[in-house]
Amino acid sequence: MGIKPKLRALAALAAAGLALTACGSSDSSSSTAGSGSDCGHYNLAFLGATTGDAGALGQNMVGGIKLALDEYNKAHSDCTVGLKVFDSQGDPVKATPLATKIVQDTSIIGLVGPGFSGESLATGKTFYAAGLPSISPSATNATITESGWSTWHRVIGNDSIQGAADVKYMENTANAKKIYLIHDDQDYSVGLAGFVKTALGSAMTGEDAVQQKQTDFGPTVTKVTSASPDAVFYAGYYPEAGLLCKQLRQAGYKGLFMSGDGSEDPAFVTTAGAQAAEGAVLSAPAAPAPADFNSKYKALNNKDSGLYSTQSFDAANIFLAGIEAGKTSHADMNTFIGSYDKTGVSGPIKFDSKGDISAQTIYAYKVTGGKLDTANPTLIK
Amino acid sequence: MSTTVPASTRSSRRPGRPLQIQLPSFLRSRLSRIVMIVIGVLLAYALPLIRPPFITTPASDFGGVMASAATFALVALGLNIVIGYAGLLDLGYVGFYAVGAYTTGVLTSQHGHWPFLLVLPCAMIVTTVSGLLLGAPAIRVRGDYLAIVTLGFGEIISLVAKNTPWLGGAAGIKNIPPPPSIGPDPIGTDQDGLFQIPHLSWNGLVPSVDNLHKTPFLTFGVLDAVPYYWLILTAILIVLMADMAVNNSRVGRAWEATREDEDAAELMGVPTFRYKLLAFMLGAAIGGLAGSMLAAGQGGFISPDAFPLLLSMLFVAAVIIGGAGNRWGAILGGVLVAYLPERFRPLSDYRLLIFGVSLMVIVTFRPQGLLPPRRTRRALRAQAEVEELEGEAIDA
Amino acid sequence: MDFGFLFSHFAELTITGLALGAIYALVALGYTMVYGVLQLINFAHSEVFMYGTFATAWVAVWVHGTTSVSQGLGSTLGLLALCLIVAMATSAAVALLVERLAYRPLIRRGSPKLVILISSIGASFALSEIMGLRDKFAGWFGVENKLSDYVAQARNVYSSPVTVDPHKVFEFAGYGVTDVDLLVIGAALGMMFALDLFVRRTRLGRGIRSVAQDPEAAALMGVNSTRVIRTTFLIGGLMAGAAATLYMLRIGTTRQDAGFLIGVKAFTAAVMGGIGNLRGALIGGLLLGVMENWGSAVFGTQWKDVVTFVLLVLILLVRPTGILGESLGKARA
Repeated sequence: MGIKPKLRALAALAAAGLALTACGSSDSSSSTAGSGSDCGHYNLAFLGATTGDAGALGQNMVGGIKLALDEYNKAHSDCTVGLKVFDSQGDPVKATPLATKIVQDTSIIGLVGPGFSGESLATGKTFYAAGLPSISPSATNATITESGWSTWHRVIGNDSIQGAADVKYMENTANAKKIYLIHDDQDYSVGLAGFVKTALGSAMTGEDAVQQKQTDFGPTVTKVTSASPDAVFYAGYYPEAGLLCKQLRQAGYKGLFMSGDGSEDPAFVTTAGAQAAEGAVLSAPAAPAPADFNSKYKALNNKDSGLYSTQSFDAANIFLAGIEAGKTSHADMNTFIGSYDKTGVSGPIKFDSKGDISAQTIYAYKVTGGKLDTANPTLIK
Repeated sequence: MSTTVPASTRSSRRPGRPLQIQLPSFLRSRLSRIVMIVIGVLLAYALPLIRPPFITTPASDFGGVMASAATFALVALGLNIVIGYAGLLDLGYVGFYAVGAYTTGVLTSQHGHWPFLLVLPCAMIVTTVSGLLLGAPAIRVRGDYLAIVTLGFGEIISLVAKNTPWLGGAAGIKNIPPPPSIGPDPIGTDQDGLFQIPHLSWNGLVPSVDNLHKTPFLTFGVLDAVPYYWLILTAILIVLMADMAVNNSRVGRAWEATREDEDAAELMGVPTFRYKLLAFMLGAAIGGLAGSMLAAGQGGFISPDAFPLLLSMLFVAAVIIGGAGNRWGAILGGVLVAYLPERFRPLSDYRLLIFGVSLMVIVTFRPQGLLPPRRTRRALRAQAEVEELEGEAIDA
Repeated sequence: MDFGFLFSHFAELTITGLALGAIYALVALGYTMVYGVLQLINFAHSEVFMYGTFATAWVAVWVHGTTSVSQGLGSTLGLLALCLIVAMATSAAVALLVERLAYRPLIRRGSPKLVILISSIGASFALSEIMGLRDKFAGWFGVENKLSDYVAQARNVYSSPVTVDPHKVFEFAGYGVTDVDLLVIGAALGMMFALDLFVRRTRLGRGIRSVAQDPEAAALMGVNSTRVIRTTFLIGGLMAGAAATLYMLRIGTTRQDAGFLIGVKAFTAAVMGGIGNLRGALIGGLLLGVMENWGSAVFGTQWKDVVTFVLLVLILLVRPTGILGESLGKARA
């Protein structure tokens, strides 16, 4: 009497298991295969977080790549290029086996990504050893390009340029003499804050570090109000930046609140509240997207473009230009990238010998009238 | 009240009769058992080369997933000693994992360039010492308090790693060199190593030899995860043998006595504190071993974000789901927790939800885990027999 | 190590710490009550709090739309009262759901505590992920457009459109105490006082104390233990809902894992004060809030969590029963 229900349960489980395996047995990395009669059936790959906490950023990047591919494939319908998306959930440990998978796939001609600096550091050796060229739209850690991986590139300015530019803005445009520096202890923030600190020198009246996901910044606010600086610079992401800005204003801080590209998002305004966010300046190494970019993006992807969409669009287009020019081996494509010199939607693109983008222009986006003005930033010179 | 899983699980409803598998007669002889074990071990080593059709992960490199599953299984083995054998609920096990990884990172990359074979035992020793330092005060408190203290320790270790520049700070440690290779040119390409082993590729259920993808023997490079998997599997086998030896000795018996009824054990002369501390230290050592393997893995990069509190919970869940107190259950639990999310990637956005719900379902319907230890099976069988004789449930 | 800063801004750090700690105290009540009655750590209580914060934010969006507005406390009191009721009801409902699904089946069959702990961990993950996936669930039912303001940006921060501007009420030792501070601290003390009265004076409260003291004797005396357990979870949920409203009043932003950090801190507070002890939860919460602020002032905010955990470990090792050290069962009359 005890065996039959057990067998039945096992059978049900096995059936369910087999049904589920059916969903996995196709190449489930959500690929759209390249097709065409006599061409190489190439694919681009994307490695980054498309699900999980940071999934929204990865979705922005995939949307940008898809837009670039859509335009290319319409113009080259006899030899289309596909996309293979590898979701790492932003985790360097998960990214490593995905990188191995990517280099083993001979149809992949280039990688747009990795999305984050941690994943880039964990997978850089693998891509370099395989010779697969990669262009990251968003990894800004400055040490990645110091590692000697000649196949690694990025279309976004790294933190050293952004930090120096931010200080220039605060001192020259905002006329701040005393600046308080705060960061949130993450790799990106510590990196950016380090460059800001060096550029500030003696103009820095104090510094503090908060935690990611912290919501009550009481002691930090007390430290700032007691130091009465002219400007506060926060290196980190918009959830903490918004709350910090709000609490500073509530405590009576009247100076400038500035932050970097991790906060450059309309959600900064909703988190801080329109009144507190008014006048805040958020820097980013990306020019505003041309007006039609968002409408084309929305038509294809059913949502608005976001942070890093323009960068990934440009990165994908570099590879597509290479395919069009007939550079289909890894080495040829890498040389092509090294000599690429055009202007994309995110700005002029040309790479230096280490893989960084040469002309790194930083823009200051201001919150005015209760909204983040994404169309008219100030170029920081 | 204790927080352990005692052999006599009080229950007012039968939790389900355990499976009774009768082996066929030819398998019962000793020689055939040994042959089966050897075949099983060889199969385990060959698994990432064979890439069987339903088991392989199409979206991610199977070898890499196997390496990560094996690391999890190793951790679960260590935690099983703490939770399953000694009955100590440790919610901060990720701390030992981190200590092992960071010791390796610091000695091989950040502040030194020691060879891996020297660093591995060092990492284990450092982790064991940290287990001693943390365990000695913590084990004195019983029950839930131990769980909270260990949780606190785990968080302290991870926060200290993040905020200390000497340990790499928030950026972590990179360029950790891999274990030493045998054979020339350690990148992991097709021409390295002493010889290369081809993989199998499948067309439906028909295998064929895939000469495009080969694994070199034995180079630890950046392009192939399989040698790392072999290394971790070897470590698991060694730890398994040590586990069997220790558990079948008076140490294991002392643990069982302590877990079932600590006061009675003390009265019978078992120095419970010392044995609990030993369990804690052994668990720490294995955690450190696994952490060392992680650091010297294919990516060569560790950061404080790799050791969150969530990972401690996953480790505990792996041991409980697999069956606390059974080393095979621990391995199964570890493999499942690491492998299933990779196998079913289309569901990846839901994976934590599925994880939470499965935890609730498993502990409600099969609290002894998938492979409960022999003592629990014995107790459940005895209870079922008594209930049948009595014709009703024992406890109302 | 900047003690000078601590001393020069002592009043400000301490009073804002008390306001922070008041929220911890209210959440800690849920942990401490469940532990007192069942000797179980309720991992899912942090999600009970989190659902309350979302309920508050949604009431604000429903009443107000999504345009951001800033107003003083006086004009927000009506909205606040409505939010309080809805949040308390939501949190209580989630708490009862947790009790019914994750705890009752296991308690009924006398499962070991480790197993029930695992179940509560599973419930905690499941609940927070359901909130994190809310846009996907809404998408299945095709109501995405209508609910979009409510399910927007799942997994990212969700902000209430109404920001309450604190106004200085009086000055104390160099710090302008604000109306928000006073409301938060006062509300927490008030709730605690009411709960204390409930536990000591009412019949149900006596039932709770008796089950905490000795479940079998209580059953023999005719106390319905199922009802007592349900009430315990319900009260914990109500307190968490109140805490959620006060949290949204002060902070204004929540996310699917907002409960986790607050839960760990509140749990630490409950343990520090003496787990199972209601007044201990209050003392522990307020103390923890103040210690966090002092620790941040002296060591730098990046070490504040280390300070918290070191404090927790020290207290557990030196005095495991916590500061007040009594249990729910032995509440003095």
